Amino acid sequence: MPDVLVLVDHDGARVHKSTYELLTGARRLGDPAAVVVGTPGTAARLKDPLARHGATSVYAAESPEADEFLSTPAVDALEIAVREVSPAAVLVSATTDGKEVAGRLAARLDAGLLVDAVDVDPAGVATQVVFGGSYTVRSQVTHGLPVIAVRPGSFEPEERPVNAGERQLALPPVGRAASARITARRAVLAGDRPELTGATVVVSGGRGVGGADGFKVVEELADVLGGAVGASRAAVDAGYYPHQYQVGQTGKSVSPQLYIALGISGAIQHLAGMQTSKTIVAVNKDPEAPILDLADYAVVGDLFAVAPQLAREVAARREAG
Amino acid sequence: MNIVVLVKQVPDTAAERTLSEADHTLDRENADLVLDEINERAAEEALTLKETAGAEVTVVSMGPDSALDAIRKVLAMGADRGIHICDDRLRGADLVTTAKVLAAAVRTVKDVALVLAGNATTDGQSSAVPAIVADLLGLPQLTHARELTVDAGRVRAERETDNGEATLDAPLPALVSVTEKINEPRYPSFKGIMAAKKKPVETVGLDDLFPDADGTGLLTTRTHVVEAVPRPARGVGIRVTDDGSAGRRLVDYLIAQKLV
Repeated sequence: MPDVLVLVDHDGARVHKSTYELLTGARRLGDPAAVVVGTPGTAARLKDPLARHGATSVYAAESPEADEFLSTPAVDALEIAVREVSPAAVLVSATTDGKEVAGRLAARLDAGLLVDAVDVDPAGVATQVVFGGSYTVRSQVTHGLPVIAVRPGSFEPEERPVNAGERQLALPPVGRAASARITARRAVLAGDRPELTGATVVVSGGRGVGGADGFKVVEELADVLGGAVGASRAAVDAGYYPHQYQVGQTGKSVSPQLYIALGISGAIQHLAGMQTSKTIVAVNKDPEAPILDLADYAVVGDLFAVAPQLAREVAARREAG
Repeated sequence: MNIVVLVKQVPDTAAERTLSEADHTLDRENADLVLDEINERAAEEALTLKETAGAEVTVVSMGPDSALDAIRKVLAMGADRGIHICDDRLRGADLVTTAKVLAAAVRTVKDVALVLAGNATTDGQSSAVPAIVADLLGLPQLTHARELTVDAGRVRAERETDNGEATLDAPLPALVSVTEKINEPRYPSFKGIMAAKKKPVETVGLDDLFPDADGTGLLTTRTHVVEAVPRPARGVGIRVTDDGSAGRRLVDYLIAQKLV
């Protein structure tokens, strides 16, 4: 079987779950081969978990400056790997960085690029959801190597232990004039709540929440349900909640098992970011709010009465066991 | 300093968007088209630099005749000149082709210090084109910037993504894509709108941008849409009016659905 190159997402010590998902997807197209880009020693640290999840080869593209420059080392590494291995496809996670790496690689190789795939079949046909979930599109690469950026959460990680071969790929020095240097990094403080895009439950507040203080009700319900907190653009624009929690067309797209919208009217801007959620619950005082027509369970009522009651009741039922 | 701003005309996100049944491309005839709102912030950043550091701002857009409206809007905001890439052969262009064409248009502008773009457009949302353009032009990519400083031949950006925040530094020339957070775009003044009518806009096609190419390599379609299906509308769900017990009743529903 031909190799399918998978770019490994990692923090230097651990492989991110999205990579195990890619390895699952890659098996449909060929033998998964993991490409680790990092400082010397990284691939050796990550090899075992990668092999446990089915990576038949681990390519180490290491250099002391690999972490210092934005994206360029990963693009260079994949380009070199493609030329050495002639893979059937290249899969990367459709994260912010992954999409840029995939795009640059495709341009260099004159390859076919598919971004934000949610599924890939053995023939290489990728499924994408566009316009905030209003269309399902199936696309195929017809010219050149398929470079596919797969949305995190699209495949289940699977343990599939194999013996992985290891090979070194020589990374060229990074061109100073053509690469941005990363001079500082700060992790975004997420607190104890799950990350918004990967959460199974999301509780979002809109302008109906009335202010930053009102978001406590949203947070309390989210915490009882073990969910992430989101906000509509109207709530973010009004300064009720920070921008990085915005769900919608210009914010984040979420697709949880349960989405609870509190005081959100349901502007298309917002619906575009959440309407692929499996179950939607909406609470709104305004019986005309468009989101009520989209919800699986719509409550016309005051969120400050309904949400705390829901939170208390969930906690009470849990305790009752 | 010469700055190029890449902008795109997109369907208004406040309205319904559809794909044409014939070739699965955006149905522009039935869409309300506007200058993409994040691109508008890229333009604002260019105009701020024009005011503070002195620059000539060229706005570039690829699209059919209507895209001229997006260019005129940025000219009305204060940009100096426009390049409109208009060629029927670009209908349905993929990401790589789009980036190659935009890069070629940037190359027609002399001594470019900075290329500015939005980090994503609200229609495609692939968020990959700025990085590809940077790679094709051999420029450093400083993407997803929520803050930008240009000083002494260098550019610094505060980058914010799902992975966290980072400070990026690179020599000019460079490409910067901005997020929605970077600024509040100005409104064109009446004077600006009148002045924009007299500003030069050059219309170019593929033959102008790639005089030596036979066009076949560039226009190779690398991907093919097998099918595009509108997602079924969500069925009408349960609707209750709170009588003081809605929260309790909702728990029964969530338990029945195995959601709690």
